[in-house]
Amino acid sequence: MSEIQYQSAKTVKEAVKYMQAAKGKGYILAGGTDLLVQMKSGARSPGVIVDVKKIPEMVTVTEKNGSFTIGAATPAAVLGENKKLRKTWPGVIEACNLIGSTQVQGRASAGGNLCNASPAADSVPALVAAGCIVNVAGPTGKRKIPVEEFCTGPGKTSLKTGEIVVSLTLPKRPKNSSDAYLRLIPRTEMDIAVVGVGVSLTMKGDTVADARVGLGAVAPTVLLVKDAAKALIGSKLDDAALDAAAAACSAACNPINDKRGTIKYRTKIAGVLLKRSAMIARDRINGIEHRGHRPV
Amino acid sequence: MSEHRPNTEGKYKWIGTRPERPDGADKVTGRARFGADFSLPGQLIGKVLRSPHAHAVIKSIDTSKALALNGVKAVITAQDFPDQPNLIVPTGEMQVNMRDITRNIMAREKALYEGHPVAAVAAVSEAIAKQALSLIKVDYEVLPHVIDVAEAMKPDAPILHDHLLTEGANPPASKPSNIAKRIEFKKGDAKAGFAQAQVVIEKDYTTQAVHQGYIEPHATLASAAEDGQIQVWSTTQGHFQVRGFCARLLGLETSQIRVTPTEIGGGFGGKTVVYLEPLAMRLSQKSGKPVKMTMAREDVFRASGPAPGGNVKVKIGAMRDGRIVAAECIVEMQAGAFPGSPVGPACMCSFACYDIDNVYIEGFDVVSNRPKVAAYRAPGAPISAWAVESTLDILAQELDMDPIDLRLKNAAKEGTKTAYGVTFNTIGMVETLEAIRDSEHYKSPVKPGYGRGVAAGFWFNIGADSSAASHVGEDGSVTVISGNPDIGGSRASLALMAAEELGVDYNKVRPIIADTASIGFNFVTGGSRVTFATGLAVVNSVRDMIRELKVRAAKIWKIDPEAVIWEGGMAKPAGNQVGTFEPLSLADLAAQAGRTGGPINGHAQLNVTGAGPGFGVHCVDLKVDEDTGCVHVGRYTAAQDVGTAIHPSYVEGQLQGGAVQGIGWALNEEYIYNAKGKLDNPGFLDYRMPVASDLPKIETILVEVPNPQHPYGVRGVGEVPIIPPIAAVGNAVARATGVRMVDLPMSPPRLSEALDAARPMKMAAE
Amino acid sequence: MAKIHVNTTINGAPTEFLCDANQTLLDVLRDNLGLTGSKEGCGSGDCGACSVMVNGRLVCSCLVLAPEAQGMKIETIEGMAEGDKLHPLQKKFVEMAALQCGICTPGFLIASKALLEKYPNPTEDEVRYWLAGNLCRCTGYDKIVTAVLDVAAEMRESAR
Repeated sequence: MSEIQYQSAKTVKEAVKYMQAAKGKGYILAGGTDLLVQMKSGARSPGVIVDVKKIPEMVTVTEKNGSFTIGAATPAAVLGENKKLRKTWPGVIEACNLIGSTQVQGRASAGGNLCNASPAADSVPALVAAGCIVNVAGPTGKRKIPVEEFCTGPGKTSLKTGEIVVSLTLPKRPKNSSDAYLRLIPRTEMDIAVVGVGVSLTMKGDTVADARVGLGAVAPTVLLVKDAAKALIGSKLDDAALDAAAAACSAACNPINDKRGTIKYRTKIAGVLLKRSAMIARDRINGIEHRGHRPV
Repeated sequence: MSEHRPNTEGKYKWIGTRPERPDGADKVTGRARFGADFSLPGQLIGKVLRSPHAHAVIKSIDTSKALALNGVKAVITAQDFPDQPNLIVPTGEMQVNMRDITRNIMAREKALYEGHPVAAVAAVSEAIAKQALSLIKVDYEVLPHVIDVAEAMKPDAPILHDHLLTEGANPPASKPSNIAKRIEFKKGDAKAGFAQAQVVIEKDYTTQAVHQGYIEPHATLASAAEDGQIQVWSTTQGHFQVRGFCARLLGLETSQIRVTPTEIGGGFGGKTVVYLEPLAMRLSQKSGKPVKMTMAREDVFRASGPAPGGNVKVKIGAMRDGRIVAAECIVEMQAGAFPGSPVGPACMCSFACYDIDNVYIEGFDVVSNRPKVAAYRAPGAPISAWAVESTLDILAQELDMDPIDLRLKNAAKEGTKTAYGVTFNTIGMVETLEAIRDSEHYKSPVKPGYGRGVAAGFWFNIGADSSAASHVGEDGSVTVISGNPDIGGSRASLALMAAEELGVDYNKVRPIIADTASIGFNFVTGGSRVTFATGLAVVNSVRDMIRELKVRAAKIWKIDPEAVIWEGGMAKPAGNQVGTFEPLSLADLAAQAGRTGGPINGHAQLNVTGAGPGFGVHCVDLKVDEDTGCVHVGRYTAAQDVGTAIHPSYVEGQLQGGAVQGIGWALNEEYIYNAKGKLDNPGFLDYRMPVASDLPKIETILVEVPNPQHPYGVRGVGEVPIIPPIAAVGNAVARATGVRMVDLPMSPPRLSEALDAARPMKMAAE
Repeated sequence: MAKIHVNTTINGAPTEFLCDANQTLLDVLRDNLGLTGSKEGCGSGDCGACSVMVNGRLVCSCLVLAPEAQGMKIETIEGMAEGDKLHPLQKKFVEMAALQCGICTPGFLIASKALLEKYPNPTEDEVRYWLAGNLCRCTGYDKIVTAVLDVAAEMRESAR
C-alpha cells in the first residue's frame, strides 16, 4: 500500500545519495520525534525516509583539541550522559535535555531539533550562544554553516537538495567561560518553549570579556542578539547592564500571538530569561553548580 | 499526611480495608483489554470524515468515488440513519435529545462545529479508509460562526438552530436564538436580603471549555449479523446506554444489540454518550463485516464532549459578623452545538454549601459552534463554585475573617433547605470544614512568598437503576455480577461489600462486569453512583442469596428457614431451642445444592434513591513567580465527607485525581479557538493537563459521616473533589500576590499580565 | 510497494514481522503482533502510554518507525513479569492502588523500571520529572510516585 520507502544508510555518502535521489521528497530520520508526528498529521509526506542512526559519525560525540563535535543524530539522553561535554557546555546540554520527555530524550537529537527548524527549538538558542558550526555534507561536498544562519524560516533551512547535517561542532571553550539556557513553559515539563534564551559568557575577573546570546520562539528563526551581548561585554553584570541586555532582547523580539503566548508576554519574558540565564552562566564560571531545570 | 477517620472502627471485617483489586494483575501486565484492544477476524477499519468548518450548510455529499475505491466496503452519511423525534433521554447527570444525538453523530442539514462528522467509511485497511475519506466530496455553504457565549447570546449572532426558541424566557420567546433555556431558582427575597446586608461583594468571572482528558481515546468494535443481531464492544461508562441509544439511532430493538464493555481508560463523564458506536454498527450492517473504529487524540479534542466554559456573575451580601444574608448567581453556559449544558447543576450547586435565607439564581443554556458538551465530573458545579468561592474569599478578606470560619458560620447542615428546594438529611459540610481547620496543613504557618487558599464544594450524587446477581459456585466460592464498567476500582469496593455481607474472605468473591445480555439494566458509571447504588444492588443480591442459603440449611436440618441465621459465612441454628446442628459453610451448602433445590443464586434490581450529598474542602499553598506568572503548587490537602470509605485507597485516589484535574482547570487547561472557529490546541502538547512534576503530594482527609440511607453508609465520592480546587487555587493566588484573578485559566501569560497591571496600583498604595 | 521484513527481539524472543515504511513500532506491536499492552493515547509522544524499551532506552513506541526495529532489542509490558512472578513495581502498583482506570499503567511501569535501573535512589522530585512524559488523568500521580519511591527503597534494601 505504502508509497513511502525506508532506507537505512550506513555512511554519510550513502545517506546523501538517497537524499539526492529522493529529489526533495527525502526526509532524514534521526530521532523521528518530529518527523513521525508530522507524518501522522499529514504536515509532511516523505517519499523516502533515510535513517541515519546506523552511521557511526552521526551518533557519536568526539573531542579534538577541546572542541566537541556532536553527531547530528546522537540522542539527547546520550549527550546528557557525556560528563565532560556536560561540564564544558552545561547550557547546550541542558537545552538538549529539555527537548521533550524522558522518552523523547531517548530518541531526539540536536541535529534533528535544528533541522526541524522550529523557532521554538530548545537546543538552538543555546547552540547559537555557543557559536556552534553546522557540518553539512551534500552531493557537491562538505560545507560549514554558522548555526544562527542555518534556519531561514519556520520549518525552512538553508540545506539544498541532497544535503544533510552530519554533525555540530562546538568551539574550544576559553578559560572562565560557561553557558546557560532557560525557557519559559506554562507547565514544568512537556511543553514547547514560549521563549528560550541561551547565554554564553567568558569572564575576565568579574568583567564580561565575551558574550553571545541566542533567543528562541520570538521570531521566525532563532536569533543571535548581538545588542544584548554588547550590553553585557565589558560590564560586571550589574543591574544596568542586565537591564540593557534584557531590553535588547525584548527589542529583538518579533513574535506572534498564538496558543502558546502573546506578543506582549513573549517580549517581556525574553528580557526576564536573559537576566536569569546570564546569572546562571556567571555562577557556573564561579564554580556554583546549577543543575538545570530537570533533575534527572 | 493523609488521614482516614473511620466512624466504623471495629464494626466491619472487610469494609475499610485496602485489599488488592480483583483486576490488578490484569492491569499491571498489559493483559487487561481496553477499547482499542479488541479485534475480530476479517474486521474492517472505520474512519470518519469531519467538517473542516465551524458552521456550514451541507448542500450535498458525493461518496461515489470513495465507494468505488478498491478495498472500501461501506460508506455512510446521515441518510443512513432515520431521523429522530424531539425526545429527551437521560445520560447520567445530563440529558440529551434524540433529535440532537442523531445530528451529533452525523451532521444532517448543517455542520455545526469543526470536527462534526459528515460521513464515515469502512475499508480493509486504515490506509485505504483514509484514502477513501479524501475521495468524498462535500459541498459546503460556509456560514458565519459564533464561539463565545456572550457573543452567541447577542440578538444579531449567527443562529445555529432555526427551531430553537428560548425555553423559560420571560416574556416567551417569539423568534429563534442561541439561548436554548433560561432557568431560575429562588429562596426567600434576595432583594430584601441585599438591602439588609452591611457588606455586598459583586464580581464577574469567566471560564473556558476544558476536556475530561481521559488517556484512552474512544474506540469500538461492532459486528452485525445478517439476522439483525449486533454485537458491540465499546469503551464506555454505560454499555446499557450504548445499547439504548444505538437501538433508537438504528431503529432496532434493544434485545438485538449486545454490548460488552471493555476495560475503560478513563471517562470522567465523557464516555456516557455515543459517538463511534452507531457509526461502526451501521457500517458493519452495510458491509456485513465487523468494523473497528478508534478516535485519534485530535478527534477526541475536536469532537467529543468537552466540559463547557461559562460566564458567572456572583453577588453576596453579608453582615459584619460574617453571616450571609443574600446571594445571587447568574450563569451563562456553553452547551456546544446542541442544547443541554449542565447549567442546571451549576445553578443548584452554587450556594448549596451554605445556609442562606435569600437566594436568587438564574441560568442560561447557550448553543455555539463548539462540540456538544458532555458530562465532566460534577458537571457545571466547578464553574459556579469557582465564582462563588472566590467571592466568599473576597468577603472574608473584606471582613478580615478566617475563610474557614466564614464558611463555618454559614455552613449547610441537617435541615438546611437549599435554593433548589431540597432539605438536607445528615451531611458533613461542617465536619469537613473542621477537618481542614484542624489539619496540620492549615495550622502550619504559610511559608514566605506563598499564599494559602481554601474553597469548598458540593455535589448531589445520584442513585438510579442497578441490577446485580450473586452465584455460589459448586465449591462454595462466590461470583458477584453487576453491570457497571469499573473505572477506578469499583470491582474491589463491590467485592468488599459482598464479602462483608456474606462473612467470607474477600478473595473468595469474584466480581464480574456483565454485558447487556447477561445482567439486568444498569444506569451509567457516573454520578458517583456505582459504589453507592450498584453497591446496594450487590448487597441486596447477596442478601437474597443468603435467604436462599438459609432455606437450604433449613432443608438439610429439616427445620423452619426462619430458625436459621447467617453468621460468619455460615448457616447456624438461630438458638438452642431450634436443635443442635453443626454450622454449614458455603462449601457445605454448595456440595448439597443438587439435593436441596439446585443452584444457589441471589438477585436484586433496584431504583436506588437516597443518595447522600458530598461536601469537600480543599486547602492549597502556592507561590507565583511574579516576573513570569508561573505558579508553583507547594502543598495541597483535600478533605471530604465520604460517607464510609469502603476501600480507602481508592477513595483517596478519587480525591487526589479530582483535585489535580481541578488544578489543571485552574492553571492551564483551555480550549483555544482561532478566528475561523477551529480548535487550535487539539493535543496533549498544547492542551496542558498537569504532569507529575507540576504537583506536590495531594494529601487527603477522609471524613466519615455515614449516609443513613445506605446499609454501609456509602456516599458517592468521585465528583466532589473537582469542585473546590479552582477557587482554592485562585484564592491562594490572590493571597500570594494581592491580585484577584477572575478569568480562567490562570496561565502564566494571563497571570503575568494581571500582575503587571496591578503593579503600579500596588506601588502607589505602598 | 513491498512490505519490509524486519527481524527483531521482543521480550527476549526472536520475532519477525512485515511492515510498511510508515508504520510505527506501536502499530506493529499492537496490530501485527497482538501485544496490546502498549497503549496509544495520543500518537504524538505526549502521553507515554506506549512506552517501551528499545536497546535499553526508554522511548515512545509511537515515535519509532517499525522498520527501525531491525536488529533491536525491544521490551514491552508483556515481558515485565517473570513467568507468574510480577515485577516488584507491578506488585506495588496493585498493592498501593497506584492505578485507577489502568490505561496509563503499562507506560508508567516501563518508565519507572527504566528510572530505577538508572537511578536506584531517586528523590521524589526526580521521580516526578522522569515520569513527566507519562500522563495519568485518574490518580493525580500521588500514589504512583509513592509506589515508585517505595519500590526503590525496597530494592535497595534487598540489594544489600
